[in-house]
Amino acid sequence: MEMHGELRIPAPRAEVWAKLNDPETLKTCIPGCETVDKISETEFTAKVVARVGPVKATFAGKVTLTDLDPPSSYTISGEGTGGVAGFAKGSAKVSLDDAGAETVLRYGVQAQVGGKLAQIGSRLIDATSRKMADDFFNRFMGVMTSSDGAAPAS
Amino acid sequence: MTEIGTPVRRREDYRFLTGQGTYTDDINRPRQLYAYILRSPHANAALRGVDFAAAAKAPGVVAVYTGKDIEADGVGGLPCGWLVHSKDGSPMYEPPHPVLAQGRVRHVGDPVAVVIADSLAQARDAAELIQVDYAVEPAIANAAGALRAGAPQVWPEVPGNICYDWHLGDPAAVEQALAKAARVVKLDLTNNRLVPNAMEPRAAIGDFDRATGEHTLYTTSQNPHVIRLLMGAFVLHLPEAKLRVVAPDVGGGFGSKIYHYAEEAIVTWAAAKLKRPVKWTAERVESFMSDAHGRDHATHVELGLDVDNKFVALKVSTIANMGAYLSTFATCIPTYLYATLLAGTYTTPVIYAETKAVFTHTVPVDAYRGAGRPEATFLLERIVDLAADELGLDPAELRRKNFIPTDAFPYQTPVALQYDSGDYFSTLELATKAADYAGFEARRADAARSGKLRGIGIATYIEACGIAPSAVVGSLGARAGLFEAATVRVHPTGSVTVLTGSHSHGQGHETTFAQLVADGLGVPIEQIDIVHGDSAKIPYGMGTYGSRSLAVGGTAIIKAMDKIVAKGKKIAAHLLEAAEADIEFKDGQFSVAGTDRSKTLGEIALTAYVPHNFPHDELEPGLDETAFYDPKNFTFPSGAYVAEVEIDPDTGTLEIVKFTASDDFGRIVNPMIVAGQVHGGLAQGIGQALLENCVYDHSTGQLLTASYNDYAMPRADDLPSFALSTHATLCTHNPLGVKGCGEAGAIGAPAAISNAIVDALKDYGVRHIEMPATPEKLWRAVHPQNMAAE
Repeated sequence: MEMHGELRIPAPRAEVWAKLNDPETLKTCIPGCETVDKISETEFTAKVVARVGPVKATFAGKVTLTDLDPPSSYTISGEGTGGVAGFAKGSAKVSLDDAGAETVLRYGVQAQVGGKLAQIGSRLIDATSRKMADDFFNRFMGVMTSSDGAAPAS
Repeated sequence: MTEIGTPVRRREDYRFLTGQGTYTDDINRPRQLYAYILRSPHANAALRGVDFAAAAKAPGVVAVYTGKDIEADGVGGLPCGWLVHSKDGSPMYEPPHPVLAQGRVRHVGDPVAVVIADSLAQARDAAELIQVDYAVEPAIANAAGALRAGAPQVWPEVPGNICYDWHLGDPAAVEQALAKAARVVKLDLTNNRLVPNAMEPRAAIGDFDRATGEHTLYTTSQNPHVIRLLMGAFVLHLPEAKLRVVAPDVGGGFGSKIYHYAEEAIVTWAAAKLKRPVKWTAERVESFMSDAHGRDHATHVELGLDVDNKFVALKVSTIANMGAYLSTFATCIPTYLYATLLAGTYTTPVIYAETKAVFTHTVPVDAYRGAGRPEATFLLERIVDLAADELGLDPAELRRKNFIPTDAFPYQTPVALQYDSGDYFSTLELATKAADYAGFEARRADAARSGKLRGIGIATYIEACGIAPSAVVGSLGARAGLFEAATVRVHPTGSVTVLTGSHSHGQGHETTFAQLVADGLGVPIEQIDIVHGDSAKIPYGMGTYGSRSLAVGGTAIIKAMDKIVAKGKKIAAHLLEAAEADIEFKDGQFSVAGTDRSKTLGEIALTAYVPHNFPHDELEPGLDETAFYDPKNFTFPSGAYVAEVEIDPDTGTLEIVKFTASDDFGRIVNPMIVAGQVHGGLAQGIGQALLENCVYDHSTGQLLTASYNDYAMPRADDLPSFALSTHATLCTHNPLGVKGCGEAGAIGAPAAISNAIVDALKDYGVRHIEMPATPEKLWRAVHPQNMAAE
């Protein structure tokens, strides 16, 4: 599946870029994320608990950043296996543009699932992915707008 | 006494309806362990490693095995039971079919490892801890795609993914006849892939007796002796004398429980290794990705007609999806059980069929209720309807014009089979009358006034059942005989035990076979026990499929009863001091012709077991006879179905207003059981036509319909009340004159429904609607301007 979106963040581009590369921010914003550990400048490991319809599983996997063009754009890709629940992989191309004092974030996401997730939840994948993307960017917006930089309770 | 033809209530239903059946999963052995099978989530991937260290240490885990253990123990692959040769005479590609993946997985659901633990929950939890390192590669799920240049290869040694490229008939004669034909009607169609969905999921328990060295497998099988033969000889290398296979009550099979599956071998092997019983039961989602699927054909068909609207030639090219491995009988389905039926009920003089069987990264495909014959019937009855439409003829009239005349039997078709009997005019007449076919246009007009689109569709069918003469199928590549065995054991006090190789998994054999014996021996039905499903009890058995139980298994019982009566006559002649030739047997009495002197079967049996006054010079004691029966020909049930449907053009929803079926099953032993079989077959055929569809993501090979969220099974409210009738012409080569009824509904219904739908949509220029004809497809057909939205 594929989806696209954009949001306007009331913060300068450099600040948005920094947060997008910050493991703590990612952990706060990725729905169900339990850990994000930085391995290198472009690689993280992550653990995410996700629920698709009747399937709930902990996905352990790797997150990599490619096509880095700071502070304008990158591609963030993740691939995780959830044991017998199957696997999920996806990538998001994220770009930032100045809009006065604000920043416009545009994203295009591609996601793919396999195993039990596909077998019993294929019709739910689109809706679930969309919700996860919405949750992510809502929380990210929260991080960017809260005075102390912490995510709001969700 | 005549029990034959009586609607005796099913004796087995008491235990089924009161929850007292014993299915495989109901069986629990002392010290039993539980197996959970870890399956591939990928359609095509190299297995770089399986790390199960954490799983092996998890609570309750007794063992974790992978393909390496299987290989180390010399466990063989699952064999294919039918060798098909290509056009050029070369044998089909027969790749290995390991019971646990060896270095590569080839479909979603391919077994990778088995975890065996004290409880199922522990085994399942431990499986979560297994880390499999997959190197995922591109996959191909649809057969036509697998033939394209550059498509991913399922097997490196199988170029172009072609298992075989087979044909039947004379291509030159067909081309010549088509060239001369006044009209050639052409159609491309697919026969949608189906998942069998027996109510009871597959299960297996392996057990090993250290004291005797005997292995026992309890399994959900339609043919326990076949499993014993295949698993013993090819997979585990166990002598049949030390391997017992029990198929207890089985909750439906529809073909999917014919085959020898990996899990059966795994639990039998592991039980011997661990010296403890091991049970495995499929979860429903596992059934979707490990039970052999059905159908999945893509076909191009051409029918030639002359100026008198007689069929002059038929040409059929089919691409058949085999899946990633060859299931037990996969290879004969789109060949010898398909192309040989393409004459249908018609006199088409020349027919040519070619089938490319193709490997894909999907679950293996094999026989499913009808097995080849629904695919043949669907394309034939669709093209005949299309011809009628193009010629502006009544589809019933075009069929009658081309039917094999009733006085032409035995009739040799151009596709190898010789039909022994049939009367296609009578079943069509019965069905069209009961459906009020003549009055349909008034109903169409009525429906139109309320904004509905009404259509009527006819399908006739022929099927080859009573599978099959061993010498014939052997010459065509079968690696098995297809006889059946039965023992009739008359006990000292006159009650009777029948041991039959025809397994019953819903068909009602315990009733039908008891009726045969009650009729044949004059014994009350309450004193007859029908035993099946245990290789330790039954002399032998080829099992239940292809509507063969009554025609082949029932005939074996008749033959064994003939031996009982022959021996009984000798004993009676001795006791009555008469000549053997003067002894008559009727209604359980042996009597001297023309006298009132007689002995009951019970008296004869008692004498046989207490042989004080007995012709010892001539006879052995006892009254226990076994017969093996090998049929002389297939049997050929036939029939005509009429479907009437109404479509709401605003929503695309369809209602089956009426469904009329008229079948020729030969002699009918139990009309109630026959009606039940027809109902079930029709439900599955209508399911294929309107609801069921197994969907793979073409680019990834992911199975997208692996639960009842996404795979639509027919429900009671999807089906009308069926109007059934029968018209019998007797089978000429078995003593009962029976033909078989198990698959008919699934064979005839898809074409009848599809023809009715196309008829309903004819004003919209619709030539064909692919199955399943969902409301979305129907709505798009009447709103073509919205097609672009797809």
